[in-house]
Amino acid sequence: MKHTIRQIFRSGKFVVGFSIFVTILLIVIVYPLIITGEPLGIIGQGTFFPPGIYVSVYDSIGSPSYTLFLDDAAAKRIASKLSNDDRLAMKDWLIADGVPENQIDITDTEKLLDLWEKEYDPDKGLPGMTFAKQRYYQRLNDSLEGLLSTEAAIIAAKNAETGVLEETGVVKQSDYVNVGEVASVRVLPFGTDNFGRDVLTELVAATGVSLQIGLVAGLIATLIGLTLGLLAGYVGGLMDDVIVFITNLFLVIPTFVLLILISFSIGQEQRGPFVIAVVIGFTAWPWTARAVRAQVISLRNRDHVNLSKLSGHSIAHIILTDILPYIASYVIMALILQISLGILQEAALSILGLGPKTTEDPTLGLMMQWAMIYQAHILGKWWAYFPPLLTIALITFSMNLMNTGLDQVFNPALRD
Amino acid sequence: MSKVVMLEVKGLTTKYITRFQEDVYAVDHVSLTVEEGRSLGIAGESGCGKSTLALSLMGYYFPPLHYMSGEIIIDGRTITEMEPDDIRREILGTEIAYIPQAAMNALNPTQKVIDFIEDVIQAHDPYKTKKEIYDLARKSFEVLGLPADVLQKYPVELSGGMKQRTVIATSVILSPKVLIADEPSSALDVTSQKMVIKMLKNLMEYGFIKSMIFITHELPLLYNVTDDIMVMYAGQIVEKGTAQEVVFDPLHPYAKGLMGSIIVPEKGLREVELAAIPGVPPNLKNPPAACRFAERCKYVRAECEANPVPLHYVGGGRAYRCILPEKELRDIYAKEARTREVHEHAR
Amino acid sequence: MPDDKKSCLSGSGLTKIFGLGRQKTVAVDHVDFNFYEGEIVSIVGESGSGKTTLAKMLLGLINPTEGEVYFQGQKRDISNQKKKKEYWKSIQAIFQDPYSSYNIFNKIDAVLLDCINMRGGRNLPHAKKVELMTEACSFVSLKFEELTNKYPFELSGGQMQRLMIARIFLLKPKILLADEPTSMIDACSRATILGMLMNLVLETGMTLIFITHDLGLAYYVSDTIYIMERGKFVESGSPDEVILQPKEAYTRRLISDVPKIHEEWDLSTV
Repeated sequence: MKHTIRQIFRSGKFVVGFSIFVTILLIVIVYPLIITGEPLGIIGQGTFFPPGIYVSVYDSIGSPSYTLFLDDAAAKRIASKLSNDDRLAMKDWLIADGVPENQIDITDTEKLLDLWEKEYDPDKGLPGMTFAKQRYYQRLNDSLEGLLSTEAAIIAAKNAETGVLEETGVVKQSDYVNVGEVASVRVLPFGTDNFGRDVLTELVAATGVSLQIGLVAGLIATLIGLTLGLLAGYVGGLMDDVIVFITNLFLVIPTFVLLILISFSIGQEQRGPFVIAVVIGFTAWPWTARAVRAQVISLRNRDHVNLSKLSGHSIAHIILTDILPYIASYVIMALILQISLGILQEAALSILGLGPKTTEDPTLGLMMQWAMIYQAHILGKWWAYFPPLLTIALITFSMNLMNTGLDQVFNPALRD
Repeated sequence: MSKVVMLEVKGLTTKYITRFQEDVYAVDHVSLTVEEGRSLGIAGESGCGKSTLALSLMGYYFPPLHYMSGEIIIDGRTITEMEPDDIRREILGTEIAYIPQAAMNALNPTQKVIDFIEDVIQAHDPYKTKKEIYDLARKSFEVLGLPADVLQKYPVELSGGMKQRTVIATSVILSPKVLIADEPSSALDVTSQKMVIKMLKNLMEYGFIKSMIFITHELPLLYNVTDDIMVMYAGQIVEKGTAQEVVFDPLHPYAKGLMGSIIVPEKGLREVELAAIPGVPPNLKNPPAACRFAERCKYVRAECEANPVPLHYVGGGRAYRCILPEKELRDIYAKEARTREVHEHAR
Repeated sequence: MPDDKKSCLSGSGLTKIFGLGRQKTVAVDHVDFNFYEGEIVSIVGESGSGKTTLAKMLLGLINPTEGEVYFQGQKRDISNQKKKKEYWKSIQAIFQDPYSSYNIFNKIDAVLLDCINMRGGRNLPHAKKVELMTEACSFVSLKFEELTNKYPFELSGGQMQRLMIARIFLLKPKILLADEPTSMIDACSRATILGMLMNLVLETGMTLIFITHDLGLAYYVSDTIYIMERGKFVESGSPDEVILQPKEAYTRRLISDVPKIHEEWDLSTV
């Protein structure tokens, strides 16, 4: 036993898969201890806030301010305000004014502005330019001058007694606050989803629930498959015929169709994560049963089983001590695959809207369903659907790696 | 008249390197010669190095088997000095051919027998046309008494014995000078075994091969197939001689024990008491420095465990590895036989 | 055979058919036999002759399609687990492949303890059990102290097969069925194991049913030889009758196909 475990951990594939899986598991366990709060709590008003660090504007005014003179601050400010369309329009004007095209670089904000300040004359009408167009350039110029001005912004508050605005502070362009000193800052690495919920917190909770669904589904499927396989394979005869018939019946009906029909008939209200797991487990056992049956049939005729019979052992004793240990490694591998299959099935069901009801627990599949309904994929809000997608891929990948690693240890013929 | 020597081996030593980097000397200073038209049998219990010797004789080594020292000379060419790639191109199949026990599994189930033969021949002579190959295969199959329609069949359509004979016929199609057959018939029924043996004998008779080395632990079979017999124990040769000599007049105590365990359905067998050799062969990771058989030998003496025992040549190609002189050994055996007779008489 | 010998195991019209319809194969075809107490019987046949199927029917591991087995003159009744257990106290087996005869997850002690328990020694003090196991091991020249707490795969094939004989030594059944017990063993260990088996049979007076494909072996050990071909017994009799003066063409062919030492091996008959 010890020897086998040592060998398993010497298999590179298993170790890589195992590390990925354990990392995911650790995050699921540790994360809620650090970031407390409802995983499905709505924290944002609006949909799909992009990933980033959110700093409270109100609190930053109240925070101690520092004066920093940074050369590029103004240029950065203008650069972030000057849209690409405006830049192209400026370029058009400059070319029409006679500036050679190769001297204009619209990506270099500073140079562009310099050139603009030097050449632009609001009164100069260029040939062929409409009046509306001319007004547009004048407005553009005005707003650029506003950006370039060095005047401070005034903060005012309404006096509760008189109702008059009173100046409470001034924010200069060179005023800075330290993010660390702002009272309220929230990091949202994956932004928020369509309901304004923190995607990361939701993701961690969803991964936990999905893993539980996979585990329950896998355990149920393996247990049913193992029991039926052992009975069919060892007892044989009529029992074998009946079980094989039922198994084949399940195998010829596409599992997923069956899954959809069952989920649909259960109804939205009754579909909790546990119910879904049980449903998946009850539809996934046939191939485990078939595989276990085949293994048991080849073991049944081995001499050690015959000798055990001759020693007067009961059927239960023979199955438990002479058959099960021989197929244990195989069953563990089947269990791992069934777990990852359970997670995938849940995701597939949820995308179709047949997953667990949507009010209480998030699952990886549900997260993707929400993102899909609110068209995150069309709007380019990748942070709403990509993280759960990646998590599903990582979990199933790690489990398949572990499975391959185990396979190499238990089937020496596959070792390279 | 001295015959042409086909295969000569001088002091060949090879070893296995195990997964734990331990050395196992499975073939230890083995020397032998096989003349044209003769066959040599190698006997011994499992783990004594006879299959390793067969692999080592081809001169083509791949891990975990490693060449250590010695020479292999096939028809005047010293192949131990050649590059592995040259050996594969110029020696294997054309000079020396090897048939392992499960040779019939070498047939590809998705290929017809003739396609398999084409692959084999084209590996050595890429310019031969399909027609030439087919004619060649057909001719040799006919000579060897195999039906020519086997060529157009798939391996699943053939019985085990037929598959084995097909592979043997294929392996000698390029007329190798030496054929090494390692237990070619032990997985077969007695009747199929007889057919395989007959075919091997025919190969030599019809000139497909010039000499043969035959390996098996079935002594009655060996006695009937080969001209000479060599007994191996723990990687060393312990006895050499003609089949007649080794089977009926063994000198080495181990060979004596082996011959005493022969069981054949013949008159008189029921009166014989089977000789059993207690114990197991020594571990070749760390073999005894002196006589390797000493711990299982009935006649062991203090001197046995002192020095390595050389192979004593007693003339006529006969040799044995024991410190006792030939005469003393014979006396011991004769005395033993007399006591046994007395016992039986008393019963 | 003299009439005063008591029948130990006999069968009439014993048949086993596998499969149905077109895939039907008759493995054993209406076989009649009568094995006497204390006799050594060999059943000789090529692979596929049905000898192992017959052995399994005799052991009660598979049910015959037709026919009856009589144990000590009585119709054998193994209809339930309890009766089977009782029957298996009288008949035991040694199988061909020692490597697959052991449960690799159980220690060697468990194999021997099972036998003591089966002989009603479940409540013996531990020291007595060890004494019995040591005795059984020394019968086959093994040392129990060296084997205890070991797993089967730490033994050589020959040692495993000897331990199987030790198992029979502890069980002391009336009938021992040995299915090719030496075919996976080397020629010289074969003599050792055969010797131990014969000692056991002589000492306990048990009936030995020896199943083999090796005519020489059958000739050497048995009192009666049955030759089996395609599920039927084609010839039976004393070894000298069957081997030295075979009546049936099949037996003659089988004997002529075996290589011999003192007689010419005629290769032209193939």
